[in-house]
Amino acid sequence: MRNIKKAVVYLILILLAVIMITPFFMMLVMSTLKTSEIFSFPPHLWFGNNLKTNFENMSQQVDILLAFRNSCIVTFGQTALSLLFCSMGGYAFATYEFPGKKKLFSILLITMMIPFTAGIIPWFIMMSKMGWINSFRALIIPNCANAFGIFWMRQYCENNVPISLREAAKIDGCSEWTIFFRVIAPILIPAYAALGIMQFVNVWNDFMTPLLVLQRSNKYTLPLVLQSMISDRGNDYGAIMLASSCCVLPLLIIFLCASKFFMSGLTAGAVKE
Amino acid sequence: MKKTKKLFHTLYEYRVAYAYIAPFFILFCAFNLYPILAGFGLSFFRWNGLSDKHFIGLQNYMTLLQDGLFWKALQNTLIIGILAHIPILLGGLLLAYTLNAKIIKGENIFKTIYFMPMVTSSVAISIIFMQLFSGNYGMVNYLIRLFGGEGYNWLGGDGSLIKVVVIILFAWKWIGWDMVIYLSGMQAISRDIYEAAMIDGAGHFQTVFRITIPLLKPIIVFTLVQSSIGMFNLFTEPFIVTGSSWTGGINNGGLTLMMYLLGKAPQGGTSYGYASAVAYVITLLIVVLSTVIRRLTNEKN
Repeated sequence: MRNIKKAVVYLILILLAVIMITPFFMMLVMSTLKTSEIFSFPPHLWFGNNLKTNFENMSQQVDILLAFRNSCIVTFGQTALSLLFCSMGGYAFATYEFPGKKKLFSILLITMMIPFTAGIIPWFIMMSKMGWINSFRALIIPNCANAFGIFWMRQYCENNVPISLREAAKIDGCSEWTIFFRVIAPILIPAYAALGIMQFVNVWNDFMTPLLVLQRSNKYTLPLVLQSMISDRGNDYGAIMLASSCCVLPLLIIFLCASKFFMSGLTAGAVKE
Repeated sequence: MKKTKKLFHTLYEYRVAYAYIAPFFILFCAFNLYPILAGFGLSFFRWNGLSDKHFIGLQNYMTLLQDGLFWKALQNTLIIGILAHIPILLGGLLLAYTLNAKIIKGENIFKTIYFMPMVTSSVAISIIFMQLFSGNYGMVNYLIRLFGGEGYNWLGGDGSLIKVVVIILFAWKWIGWDMVIYLSGMQAISRDIYEAAMIDGAGHFQTVFRITIPLLKPIIVFTLVQSSIGMFNLFTEPFIVTGSSWTGGINNGGLTLMMYLLGKAPQGGTSYGYASAVAYVITLLIVVLSTVIRRLTNEKN
């Protein structure tokens, strides 16, 4: 009886796993099929041998390497800046005493509850007035110091950064910046990793903000290139699926290599609150 | 004069600390607070982005409430959001409980597989789902026919099934996220409590409803609030699945509030004042809903 129960649980879990994997598997399969094979019934469920032609077709339609580079610039730029600013803010709130500290921190907490949707139209107008349309600055700068990140870094600093450390470094004659980069930042590496993953995944996959501000195709990030392939250029699905694979696989492979680390990093914020 | 002098003195004296926190406050005021306030003002004007602004009072809000398309978008958003979150929430809890109970091996493999969609681009996923749900060549219809059913015209027809595709896609994407969050909450609950319950003869279902769910309540409330915000921001999946249409495909079957908003401005049109009013109404809905969820769950205790 116990074994039957166990078998049923396994069966359900495996069935669900198959459902989760199928779309990824089909993406890879369709990347290797001719478009005419994709548009046929019954559907092909195993790899074909059209990968090379799909790659040539895809390269003719879009510059995937350029999009990859654009995505990298935006994602690395945004992540690096936000890690810097969030750790600076968190460190100050955790270890410094200054007038208005409590008030400023509660303001910071309140800002987390305001949905940004309310400001989206003026934000766009602002971007166009500043000439940031078609510029990566619009994707990197506005959101690079977020309240959640500071809140999270503060907690980490409170538990891991002793104030005496700064005093000791000061006596040794280090300047503020040297202390922050040489003494404090190394302690924060685990926190940087977790927050960095959160930022990286979100920015890499973001579609709505780039859709608003990037209008020239040589500035497109990977999700935008994918969207343009189905909306502008019709139905070369073999090439489209290959482009999807190019967009999905880098992050997916990194995730599969360090899945435990990813899952705890991505959900750390949710669990801590 | 004296006061300003004192303020500058304080700022100077504690300049190091203020310098550390300044980037956030400056950026927040410039790129969040200012747009949010400006949006409120703009919602009382008619403006196409080029000509002069016309003050029209509450006209935008009145037009909005009378626009059938807005109500359709609200209805779609609620249907998709609520129906998708039932399997996400219940399935997430059930999966987390099963994996936490240590009755099976390979817990981490399952966890990893269920979590995969979370690191994947929504655009790519939506394109794949479009293909899987294609009426003539899709794998889903193939499977349905294999088991003797009739295929559906998921993304075409009268447009009513578009929502079903988005719901499935959304549930597929988010179930692993909720599961991992609940799982880490459950791992914080002491094993002794479970063992005591087992000795008292409680079955799995009783344990879940009497012990796990009450202890996980703060986390469940958090995911609920997060989900309701996510629901009102739902955009990418229905937009791609309906072929990048600002009107939500056939009969507006996949039109969500966010698509309705961006379809007015800046992407689908140039009604900046009207779009600001829409944005404020959506925000109001988010705030009301998350407050209601927090209140309701607080009262029960």
